[in-house]
Amino acid sequence: MEERYRSRNLWSGVLFGLGAIAFFDEVVFHQLLRWHHFYDLATTDIGLISDGLFHAFSWFATIGGLFMFADLRRRKALHWTRWWGGVLTGAGAFQLYDGIIQHKVMRIHQIRYVENVIYYDIVWNVSAVLILLTGIYLLRKSRKQNGSRAGEA
Amino acid sequence: MDHMHVHGSALPLWPQLLLALPFVLLIAGYGLCLYFSARKGRTWPVWRTLFWFAGCVFALAAVAGPLAVEAHHDFYVHMITHLLLGMLGPLLMVLAAPVTLLLRALPVTAARKVSGILKWRIVHLLTDPFVASILNMGALWVLYTTPLYSGMHESNALHVLIHAHVFIAGYVFTASMISKDPMPHRPSYLYRSVALVLALASHGILSKYLYANPPAGVPAHQAEAGGMLMFYGGDLVDAVIVFLLLRQWYHAARPKPHKTPQPVTG
Repeated sequence: MEERYRSRNLWSGVLFGLGAIAFFDEVVFHQLLRWHHFYDLATTDIGLISDGLFHAFSWFATIGGLFMFADLRRRKALHWTRWWGGVLTGAGAFQLYDGIIQHKVMRIHQIRYVENVIYYDIVWNVSAVLILLTGIYLLRKSRKQNGSRAGEA
Repeated sequence: MDHMHVHGSALPLWPQLLLALPFVLLIAGYGLCLYFSARKGRTWPVWRTLFWFAGCVFALAAVAGPLAVEAHHDFYVHMITHLLLGMLGPLLMVLAAPVTLLLRALPVTAARKVSGILKWRIVHLLTDPFVASILNMGALWVLYTTPLYSGMHESNALHVLIHAHVFIAGYVFTASMISKDPMPHRPSYLYRSVALVLALASHGILSKYLYANPPAGVPAHQAEAGGMLMFYGGDLVDAVIVFLLLRQWYHAARPKPHKTPQPVTG
């Protein structure tokens, strides 16, 4: 795999993963379950800004990641392992940032408005770490495959 | 439906007519350009014409008629008209490529004059994605976080000026991102993308800020409903703008079909 396509596979995956998990968060936790609140009175100013920036960027990243995916396909340079590694790394990293920084430090909103929210926090962040580690594992694996499976699509 | 009045005064007819007139003229003007362009034997996609018409009708609905009158009292309805006048209408109208049609319709000498205007430094400055974003988003921040919003309900002149600005700034902003009309010195896709993401972020932050901090005279429940509508409605229109910008980038970055020998340049 050419060097520039290696990083393009990675970034296409990371952007799409980050955007997709943010979209999932919006659809499932805000709209379907209605656990997350649109606005929480405990939100700090920096939390509002962080939320706004990540929300806008995740819209852009979802669509941008998919266009990069389409670009890799038309160049016959798509590497599935590396791409999925990127997706899970991006999704896990954002989930962890959301779970630790945005929920707990900036207090944008809690996962659910119940007494034992700590259990929700644990499940949320442990799953984020697992997704992230799986992504990193796939990325390391794709590094070893480098060269031998170039251009696989 | 809650009919809580912000300041009690109703919206008179004249500001509605004054704001409606330009859009009526724009519909007629587009039709006239179509006629002259067709006389030269040029074809024009039907969907562009439909987009222009639809965009003008959405803008008209926002500035005149029952929706505009109701928007004067109710922040939630105001936000519907804001989305129509500042986002959806401009998006559809930008996609109708009016400048391209105008250049086709005009005689050569007049078309050259129009092209000349497009090269003016001021046009270049105003259509810079960052400048356009600041004029668009900055004005909204000023409108909703200062007494300007309540002032708009007391002064009809202010009402007309603010609505004209919302449309023009929305149009220039959208055009600076995705217009297919001729624009000399088009900034790079990356530059446009960064400006777009920052503008979208600013829109989302303002929506949530308004949810918690209603403009003077707006009841809390209207601010909450209006803020959420601004957030999600904005997201939908913005997703289309993001998609179209990135699709243009995707097409521009397509691999060359044949490797032709070319001199290496920086």
